[in-house]
Amino acid sequence: MSGMDVGRLLAMARKELREFRRTPFILGAMVVLPVIFIVEPLIDIFRLGSSTPASVVQKVVGVTFLLMLIVPAVLPSTIAAYSVIGERDQGTLEPLLTTPVRRSELLLGKALAAMIPSVLASYVIFAVVLLCAHLFASNQTVVATLSNGPEILAEVLFAPLLSGWSIAVGTGISARASDVRIAQQLGTLASLPPLAVTALVSFQVLSPSVPVAVGFGLGLLVIDIAMWRVVAAMFDRERLITGARALTAGGGAGGGLPPGTARRIEMVHGGGHE
Amino acid sequence: MDRPAPGVGGGGAEPPARDGPALRVSGLTKRFGDRAAFEDVSFEVARGEVFGFLGPNGAGKTTTVRTLGTLLAPTSGSAEVAGIPLSAQNGEAIRRRISVMPENPGLYLRLTVRENLELFAALYGLRAPTVRIESALDAVGLADRSEDRCGRLSKGLRQRVGLARALLNDPEVMFLDEPTSGLDPVAAREVHELINGWRQRGVTVFLTTHRLEEAERLCDRVAILNTRLRSVGRPKDLRSRLFGGSLVVETAAPLPDPGAVFGRVTAVKEWSEGDHGDYLLSVSDPRQAAPDVARAVVAAGADLVSLSESQHSLEDVYLQLIDDGSAPQ
Repeated sequence: MSGMDVGRLLAMARKELREFRRTPFILGAMVVLPVIFIVEPLIDIFRLGSSTPASVVQKVVGVTFLLMLIVPAVLPSTIAAYSVIGERDQGTLEPLLTTPVRRSELLLGKALAAMIPSVLASYVIFAVVLLCAHLFASNQTVVATLSNGPEILAEVLFAPLLSGWSIAVGTGISARASDVRIAQQLGTLASLPPLAVTALVSFQVLSPSVPVAVGFGLGLLVIDIAMWRVVAAMFDRERLITGARALTAGGGAGGGLPPGTARRIEMVHGGGHE
Repeated sequence: MDRPAPGVGGGGAEPPARDGPALRVSGLTKRFGDRAAFEDVSFEVARGEVFGFLGPNGAGKTTTVRTLGTLLAPTSGSAEVAGIPLSAQNGEAIRRRISVMPENPGLYLRLTVRENLELFAALYGLRAPTVRIESALDAVGLADRSEDRCGRLSKGLRQRVGLARALLNDPEVMFLDEPTSGLDPVAAREVHELINGWRQRGVTVFLTTHRLEEAERLCDRVAILNTRLRSVGRPKDLRSRLFGGSLVVETAAPLPDPGAVFGRVTAVKEWSEGDHGDYLLSVSDPRQAAPDVARAVVAAGADLVSLSESQHSLEDVYLQLIDDGSAPQ
């Protein structure tokens, strides 16, 4: 990451956000998903009477937290899965790669753009649900549990970290996939496993506490960083342009290969090279 | 100019050679598996030159542009782009000094013209992006369409946006891959005028094209590629190298014995009858041979209707070279 140009990174992120704003599918998802994930848990919370058993309350709280973490887990993976292959499909990748933009700037710019709306949506959902529960819920146990420090900490920490995982996986798939739809389906699938961890916390299989939240948060952070390293290594200009990765003598211009690498061409799949 | 100091951010880039050619390519080869996209290609392009790169589909033109544009790594050989050796380490430094416009200009169709240019101005790290954007828009005549979304522009206008983008970083070498592909004659002519304007400003343009009349009109020199380089030179030189000089003689009536008439003229090497009752003479120097030919025809009692120098088109040269796989460079 040394020598990364923040201006270029932000330019990429700004471009992505402008495109999202004008893409009906993404805009629709950004609006509809939060509405669903606000309304659904609120209905459950408002149904709870003052004498509802604690076990039922805990289940509702667990589902509420889980729903709120689905948005940052699933939404960015769909966006990220489109990020590279979408550029290739519309012919914008080649002009982009002929500028001085670095791999890290390009990928992180795209990641930032996918993460900001998803995490913001998650926080807004959480805030609205919490506020409505405080104002209108008749069951005070659910209000107290939702306002529990470790639960809030888990929400605040897990949303960006889950989003980071989803974006990394989605981008990695996007860099290798040959079809946008397949990339998005795989991206959504791959974004789900970390939710299992949060489900354990949400449903108190693991008792939520500050150390548990921070511990899982750190675990996710390590996984995210490792995943991003893998994704960055997968981003090869030559492969992205032609579908083939070239290993050349003397170090080529595009692949960033060390000088002296044996002369060999590895075909991944045929490309229409002229 | 917003171009950064040589080598900045280039990850150990060598300083560019300002006095040398804009492009120097030596024995460059790119293979995909067993198939050569192009092989053992060597040429130089001088600074300020408009250099045409011609060849049939699959000849390796686009792959050559991608290789010189640092998108693909060459399999072997060497090259200097804008005075910088083509290598993995120098990729970023080269990309700062060049611009590449692919056949499909690759615009973000949901963004406006200005937003597209703003992105690329930021990626090039231009210090005065607004000024550069306005200047590029003026250069391609799109100042009044800057707030239009690219998706709503015609193909010709999109091509111009691509050209504006290619101008943003004030490149030392501009690679234009089939810039008039799919354009109507009016739009194509507008692109030609732009390229001509850049030539007058001293911009080096590397132009790949199928359109031979385009190459003939725009290019100082052309290279003809069919996986291997067939020939490089000025269109006029290629013509005379391949076909020599020739004269077309038209008479009012067929000559009774054309062999005897033309055989008397020492400058005539060969002759043949043309398709329209005229005669095609192969000569070493048409201007020198023409008076002798005229005298010989008149002396034979024929009525000379016209005597002109035959012009082989670049298309003739191209077809000859593409057909003849063994043609020397």
